[in-house]
Amino acid sequence: MEEKRVQELAAKAVKVRRTALEAIEAAHSGHVGGSFSVADILTVLYWEKMNINPEQPKDPDRDRFVLSKGHCTPTMYATLALRGFFPVEDLKTFRNVDSYLSGHVEMTKVPGVDMSAGSLGQGLSAAIGMALCGKVDKKDYRVYAALGDGEIQEGQIWEAAMAAGNYGLDNLTVFVDNNNLQIDGTIEEVMSPYPIEDKFKAFKWNVLTIDGHDYAQIADAIDKAKETKGAPTVIVAKTVKGKGVSFMENNVKFHGSTPTPEQFEQAFKELDAQAASLEV
Amino acid sequence: MGEVIATREAYGRALCEFGADENIMVFDADLTICTMSCYFAQKYPERFFNAGIAECNMAGMAAGAASCGKTAFIHTFAMFAAGRIYDQVRNSIAYPGLNVKVVGTHAGLSVGEDGATHQCIEDLSLMRTIPGMTVICPCDANETREVVKAMIDYDGPCYLRLGRSGVENITDSIPGYKFELGKGAQLKDGDDVTIIATGLMVQEALKAADLLAAEGIKARVIDLHTIKPIDKDIIIKAAKETGAIVTTEEHNVIGGLGAAVAEVVTESCPVPVVKHGVEDVFGHSGTAEALMVKYGLTPEKIVEKAKQAIALKK
Repeated sequence: MEEKRVQELAAKAVKVRRTALEAIEAAHSGHVGGSFSVADILTVLYWEKMNINPEQPKDPDRDRFVLSKGHCTPTMYATLALRGFFPVEDLKTFRNVDSYLSGHVEMTKVPGVDMSAGSLGQGLSAAIGMALCGKVDKKDYRVYAALGDGEIQEGQIWEAAMAAGNYGLDNLTVFVDNNNLQIDGTIEEVMSPYPIEDKFKAFKWNVLTIDGHDYAQIADAIDKAKETKGAPTVIVAKTVKGKGVSFMENNVKFHGSTPTPEQFEQAFKELDAQAASLEV
Repeated sequence: MGEVIATREAYGRALCEFGADENIMVFDADLTICTMSCYFAQKYPERFFNAGIAECNMAGMAAGAASCGKTAFIHTFAMFAAGRIYDQVRNSIAYPGLNVKVVGTHAGLSVGEDGATHQCIEDLSLMRTIPGMTVICPCDANETREVVKAMIDYDGPCYLRLGRSGVENITDSIPGYKFELGKGAQLKDGDDVTIIATGLMVQEALKAADLLAAEGIKARVIDLHTIKPIDKDIIIKAAKETGAIVTTEEHNVIGGLGAAVAEVVTESCPVPVVKHGVEDVFGHSGTAEALMVKYGLTPEKIVEKAKQAIALKK
C-alpha cells in the first residue's frame, strides 16, 4: 500500500474515532474501548476493501459485514455515517429514546447494518449463513465479521468455527479484535482463549496474525483471504483497547464507562492533534 | 377413523412437497430422520445444511440466510428449539424480524420413553412471549400440511410445535373445516361450555365432547392451532355464548394455551376458564399412551374440568 494511501486511511480512522467519541459524549454512554481497538479494521474495510454502495444499502450483490461484538456501535455507526449511509449529525441522537441509533447494532433500523447483534457469540453464525447463501446463489460477494477476543469464550463461536471450516467457506473473512481485555480483566485472567490461532487452525481455517492498527497489514490480510480457496480465513488482529487516546489505551475502565467531561476534552485534543499531523 | 400419522411426518412430507421454491433453505441439527426434514434433504440437497449437534449455530446460520432474503427452516426437538437456543431465537431471529421458521418436534409428554429431559412442556410459553413471534401447534396431518403452506407464504419468524407420536387425522373429514393462520377452527358447536384445545389434545377434546353429550351437556370444541397471534374473536364469542371455557394442551398449565386464552377472556369477557394440561411437573419415561394417562391428559379429565367450569358459572 502506498504511503499516501496509508496516511489517508489514518486520517479517516482518526475522524472515525472522533465521530464515535462525539456520539458517546452526546449519549453520555457507549463502549469506547472496543470501538477504538476495531476502528482501523473498519476503516480499511469500508474505505478500501468492501464492495458497498451507500446509495444501495440492500444491494443483494454487496459485501456484508457482521459486527458480532455488537456493542461497538460508536465506531460502526461513525464509519457508516462518514461513509455516507446516513447523516453524521444523526449520531448526536445516539442511544436516545427517540433515535434509530440504539446501543447495539440493528439491521432493521440503521442503513448499512447487515446483521443485528448484541448477545455475544451469535454474529459469526449469521455471517456463515450469509456466506452459505452466496455459495447457493453462486454470487461473488464476500462476508466479513469482527469478533471480540473475550467474545470467543462463547461456545457458539466454536460451533460456528467448526461449521465454516467444514463447509470450506472461502468467501468468509473474520477478524478477531485481540485487544486482550474484557470487562473483568485481561482475557487470560478471566478465561484464556489462547492460543487463538491454533484453535482456528484445528477447525480447518486459514489463519493470519497481524497488527490490527497497521493499515497495510490489514489490507494485505484481506487480499490474502480473498486468494485462499476452500477455507475461511481468520485474521487475528493484535490491537490495543482504547487505541488513539493515551489514557484510554489498555485501560479496561474504558470498556463501557463514560469518560468525564475533562477526559472527553483531553481525548478530543489528542485526536485533533493526530488529525492535524496527518493533514501535512 | 382417520389415518394415524404423526404431525412431524406430515410436516416432513409437506416441506418436501412445497420445497421446490428456490428461496427455501433448510437446516437441521443431526435429527433429520426424527424431525423428518430428511425428505427435503434427499430431494433438495443443494439447499439443505446439516449443522451437526450445534443448535445455536444452526439458528444463527438460518438468521444470516434469512438476512439475504431466504425463507429458512430450522429443525430440532422442541426442548432445544425453544429451550437451548432461546437467546438465539430471540436475538438473532425474532428481534431483527427475520424470516426463519423454528420447527420443534417431539414436543410434550408424548415423546414417550426418552423421558423428562426431552419432553418440552414449556415451549409455547417461551415462544409466545417473544414479541412478533407467530406460534403454531397443529393437531393432525391435514392441518400440518396447511400450516406449512401458510408459513411459507408468511414473511416473518414462526415457531411450529410438532409431535412424535401418531395422531388421528380428523380435520379433513370435519364439514366446514377451513385452515387460516391466526384463526381458530370451530370443530363442534355447543352452548353449555367451550373446550379450546391445541395440538393432539384436539382429538381428546372431541372425545370429551362426546362423553359430555352423553350426559346432556353440549360442549363447543375449538381447535386453536395458532397460539399467537391469538384469535380473540372466536374466544370472546365462545365466552359470551357458552359462559364457561376449558382449555386443554399437552403443555404446562402455566404460560401456554390456557394462559393465552385466559388473558383474552379476563380482559374482554370474564367467564370461568379452567386450564387442563400438565400440572407444573416434569415428565417421565413411559409409552406415550401410559404417560397421557399418568398425567391426566385424557378425555375423562377434560370432562371433569368442563363440569368444574360449568359449576363456576354465575
